[in-house]
Amino acid sequence: MDSSAGAAGSHAERLAALYPAGPSSVSREDGLMLYRDMTLGRRFEDKCAEMYYRGKMFGFVHLYNGQEAVSTGVIKAMKAQHDWFCSTYRDHVHALSAGVPAREVMSELFGKETGCSKGRGGSMHLFSKEHHLLGGYAFIGEGIPVALGAAFTSRYKRDALGDASSDAVTAAFFGDGTCNNGQFFECLNMAALWKLPILFVVENNKWAIGMAHDRATSDPEIWRKAAAFGMAGEEVDGMDVLAVRAAAQRAIERARAGEGPTLLECLTYRFRGHSLADPDELRSEAEKTFWAERDPIKALAAHLQEHGLASAEELKAVEKEIDAEVADAISFALAAPEPDPAELTRYIWAED
Amino acid sequence: MAETLLFNALRDAIDEEMARDPYVCVFGEDVGQYGGSYKVTKDLYEKYGELRVLDTPIAENSFTGMAVGAAMTGLRPIVEGMNMGFLLLAFNQISNNMGMLRYTSGGNFTIPTVVRGPGGVGRQLGAEHSQRLEAYFHAVPGIKIVAVSTPTNAKGLMKAAIRDNNPVLFFEHVLLYNLSEELPEGDYVCALDQADLVREGKDVTILTYSRMRHHCLKAVEQLEAEGIDVELIDLISLKPFDMQTISKSIRKTHKVIVVEECMKTGGIGAELIALITEQCFDDLDARPVRLSSQDIPTPYNGKLENLTIIQPHQIVETARQLKAGRI
Repeated sequence: MDSSAGAAGSHAERLAALYPAGPSSVSREDGLMLYRDMTLGRRFEDKCAEMYYRGKMFGFVHLYNGQEAVSTGVIKAMKAQHDWFCSTYRDHVHALSAGVPAREVMSELFGKETGCSKGRGGSMHLFSKEHHLLGGYAFIGEGIPVALGAAFTSRYKRDALGDASSDAVTAAFFGDGTCNNGQFFECLNMAALWKLPILFVVENNKWAIGMAHDRATSDPEIWRKAAAFGMAGEEVDGMDVLAVRAAAQRAIERARAGEGPTLLECLTYRFRGHSLADPDELRSEAEKTFWAERDPIKALAAHLQEHGLASAEELKAVEKEIDAEVADAISFALAAPEPDPAELTRYIWAED
Repeated sequence: MAETLLFNALRDAIDEEMARDPYVCVFGEDVGQYGGSYKVTKDLYEKYGELRVLDTPIAENSFTGMAVGAAMTGLRPIVEGMNMGFLLLAFNQISNNMGMLRYTSGGNFTIPTVVRGPGGVGRQLGAEHSQRLEAYFHAVPGIKIVAVSTPTNAKGLMKAAIRDNNPVLFFEHVLLYNLSEELPEGDYVCALDQADLVREGKDVTILTYSRMRHHCLKAVEQLEAEGIDVELIDLISLKPFDMQTISKSIRKTHKVIVVEECMKTGGIGAELIALITEQCFDDLDARPVRLSSQDIPTPYNGKLENLTIIQPHQIVETARQLKAGRI
């Protein structure tokens, strides 16, 4: 076991003791695609923090730094604009991985009409029908039943309407705190009961704001709760995008084959506080250091270079490209119009 | 033509709409094999199969949320609250998701869902099974609320609710399922947003809904014998109110009584009278009157229960007073 894990706490100990995922392999093309997506997530969020402190965005803003391997590992293993994605209040990066343009996400955070929710949703309510993003759900657990409904539609179209091509899989993302909520258990039960094509992706970052995971739950190993429902459960190194991707691929394959749901617990960590308003006073330096040393983007960069899949220069070029994309998103969002006050009450009803 | 019981009228509406549109489905507790607690989905499981008439575990919050996700991805679910009171457990999904999601998503998604089931005060069912949630849900943006009161409007409104692209909370009444009458022939649909002018009159307007329509009819009979000519309107649509029909009536009678089964505080009548005061103030010759249930949990004891909700004699007395200018 990694000697630094002891001082870093139980969550770190679990990661350190995790049975290795086995030798990972990825093609150069996929490796660069994953690197690009994770870098976009990171740089986008860093820019959000900057814009928040400059007073360009408001309200509660929850950043995803540190957890990129989960969004990229799962969503990039799925089919864009075919499979469905369901997120939480920490949804910016899921939206980006799903293909929502950075311009639309940044515009939404600025409250602009060009935002993916037309400035009506905000940071915690990103939606895109075009990119099959079922939305960011701000209350704990409420997105899981919605995701279950999307998975039900897949099965309904296949088995009640006889559409053999209906094989869309839904991924529901949520955190460790949600796994103590009734909707989690209710939906695991129904998903297993009806063999629905869904991935329950737990981003266990140990902290539900200030509540440490092992202070909130009787059994911290969330993936084992799958067994109670007779479904596949897997624990994975959430700082290793290739491990997450491989686990997601196994789960997606099962789901598409009609073998039902999977509970995937990704051990991860958020590098920033719960939100930009969180003073982050409870997490120890030893813990933060342990996880910072396992930065998933740096880990992938090292993997790609060690295996001769990409050079440092190539990775730099990707970063430069991403920085340009994020800068473009910012200038686009700054210049974009606000919603028309005459449309304040539009979108209440389906007809307008 | 034979008469149809109200629960069968609802069943026929759901059956016809399921036959017409393969995306229409039913979720709920005991809706399938059992046929629904009040038999509103009787035999539909056999006819349409276990996915289209889905027996769910007892998990109101989650199966209501599931309906939202299913609606967002193309289905048109009807959710049965075995008792509407149970939907308190799904309040979050009805409010945050069904009601608000189209707006917060900037129009990305529509949520064509119907949430239906028995509400109201039954016969000694105890407080939890005797709720009038129409008042609790009234403030939620983005949902339509209707209350049915006869086999004819039950069928026509159910068909309209299923075809509507918005979420509709559809209130039936536990004591009205066995009403029976002859239904209009053919594929008729009632407008979700139109009140029903039950009886024309010139002296007093009575606005009511659901089971209280029938209490009002009893009162009207007696008032008629006394020479008091009541205009009786069944609101049908509790959100939005059909203010056109309502204000037209008040312009004629200049007097209004609201008779409701919900509690007085924060009730349907509270909002309705506020609107009447705003929009019809100059047409009123007397202050509007509310006859509502007591602000208490519905007691089990039969006598106390009767005292909790409005009875026909109270409607008669109030109309007399109003007509005589004593209110």
